[in-house]
Amino acid sequence: MPLHVCVVGSGPAGFYVAKKLLKRFDFARVDILERLPAPFGLVRSGVAPDHPETKVVINQFSRTAEDERCRFFGNVCLGTDVSLEELRKNYHVVVLAYGAESDHRLGIPGEDLEGVFSARQFVWWYNGHPDGKDLPINLNDVETAVVLGQGNVALDVARILLRSPSELSSTDIAEHAVKALRTSRIRKVYVVGRRGPVQAACTAKELREILGLKGVEIVINEADLQTTDCDLEELQSSRIHKRVFDLFCKSATFTKCAGRDKQLQFVFFRAPVSLLAAEDGIHVRGVHLQKTRLEGNHPRKLVGTGEFEELDCGLVLKSIGYKSLPVPDLPFDHKKGVVPNYFGRVRSSDATNETERGLYVAGWLKRGPTGIIGTNEVCAQEVVTSIEEDVNRAVVSNLKEVPGSVGLESILSEKNKRYITFEGWERLNETEMEKGAVKGKPREKIVGIDEALAIGLAKEKE
Amino acid sequence: MAKKTRKRWIEVTFVTKEGDRKTIRVPVGMSMLEAAHENDIELEGACEGSLACSTCHVIVKDEKFYRMLKEPSDEENDMLDLAFGLTETSRLGCQVIAKPELNGMELALPAATRNFAVDGHVPKPH
Repeated sequence: MPLHVCVVGSGPAGFYVAKKLLKRFDFARVDILERLPAPFGLVRSGVAPDHPETKVVINQFSRTAEDERCRFFGNVCLGTDVSLEELRKNYHVVVLAYGAESDHRLGIPGEDLEGVFSARQFVWWYNGHPDGKDLPINLNDVETAVVLGQGNVALDVARILLRSPSELSSTDIAEHAVKALRTSRIRKVYVVGRRGPVQAACTAKELREILGLKGVEIVINEADLQTTDCDLEELQSSRIHKRVFDLFCKSATFTKCAGRDKQLQFVFFRAPVSLLAAEDGIHVRGVHLQKTRLEGNHPRKLVGTGEFEELDCGLVLKSIGYKSLPVPDLPFDHKKGVVPNYFGRVRSSDATNETERGLYVAGWLKRGPTGIIGTNEVCAQEVVTSIEEDVNRAVVSNLKEVPGSVGLESILSEKNKRYITFEGWERLNETEMEKGAVKGKPREKIVGIDEALAIGLAKEKE
Repeated sequence: MAKKTRKRWIEVTFVTKEGDRKTIRVPVGMSMLEAAHENDIELEGACEGSLACSTCHVIVKDEKFYRMLKEPSDEENDMLDLAFGLTETSRLGCQVIAKPELNGMELALPAATRNFAVDGHVPKPH
């Protein structure tokens, strides 16, 4: 009898789980659900358009999807089109890998002013995510942007704002975005962190790249690069922080090039206190910051110094972390924004060791919104090992017969919900590549859901 | 002038996550990532050798061989920063190219450790 598995979410977490399950169990049948018409999650809508090499992993995921034991159900949303309870009734194993589609909030005044966005919204916008295409962003009347946060997403959004549009126009960036960036008046971007260059959350690759951007002057306050004994201790124990810090130091000594018309300034040891409204009371005009310093040792504590300053700006991008959202009937830790789990097995609540039979979690929903694509390989390995243990101990598969795909299809057809198969996606993929080729781009993403559905659903048999 | 015959291929042993050993012949000039894939060794290679991921991370078992390799570039080091289970003799498989001196080299794939309390979880009854 087959082991019927449903994976919810078709990003790296979902695809790595599917791939490993198919390899581990000859008798597995894996259905992958995706709420959008197109698969691949953050590889498509998160990875920056100027990082095509990072997207190569799509080749591998496509091979998984083409396995005859694997089926793709695009345009199917957990919670609206099918409930978690229904999935659990129809599959032996349900793996939730739907990621993090919301944001942490700063919780300070002015956060909802016009011109204030989360980095995720901006990333969705330039990456042609269907929910990001109508972002009310205005780059024409703004000269200065502030990015709050210093992780890789912060560097991505700063780089997209500063990179010359002619370089971006040969990437798979969304058409509406490159059009807006061509007339952008942004000349200065501040990237603001609460801590120092020793603690910066970005990785060396992203930092090296932005420090070398054409036509962009880098400004770093040299006083911020002075280290304490505590800092040196931290650097010694972390290769990645040490290499990032070295890059900051190198860059501070040899930049200051005149004749560059754009500027990127790293601002360290500043915590946002409020976002300031312009006279109209509607638009953002600046960020009010408190200076900070690190105190004590193991753990070091961040404290405000009581000194304040303002940065004037017309655009604020908050890059302080993605956040997962729960669905009905799913145990959820609202504080951490993850599903409580034991090696990927969903725990019935935080307070018990009981786990939910046949229900698993992977990726950002499991471990929080950090890590790179490859992190999901390790994460998926852990989840699949748990599933294997449970199958072997007959926890999951004292297999009473369940319908699997057939059950899902009948739920969807009852609701008149049409789904996109992987062949449907391949048609969409070809259309995107053809549209891109005309403009010298690897693809032109189809951002409208209706247009994507029209192509992806066409010619499907009734 | 006597021409020294150079080996056209070398032997490399992969030690898998499960501890299994597999010795394969690798043509000189081929990367360890390609060699692993041609021999069904489970080494990821998400970016297919374009230095944009660290999923083909391997650990060179003998320091002697590690020292024979060309120093990693900044770009490779950037990716090694993010490799799971990094060691002093870690490299990316896509950057290690077979050459005669490497004959007999052993490469381990980093294994995830699973330190779980036995039966720490209880499946909820239906």
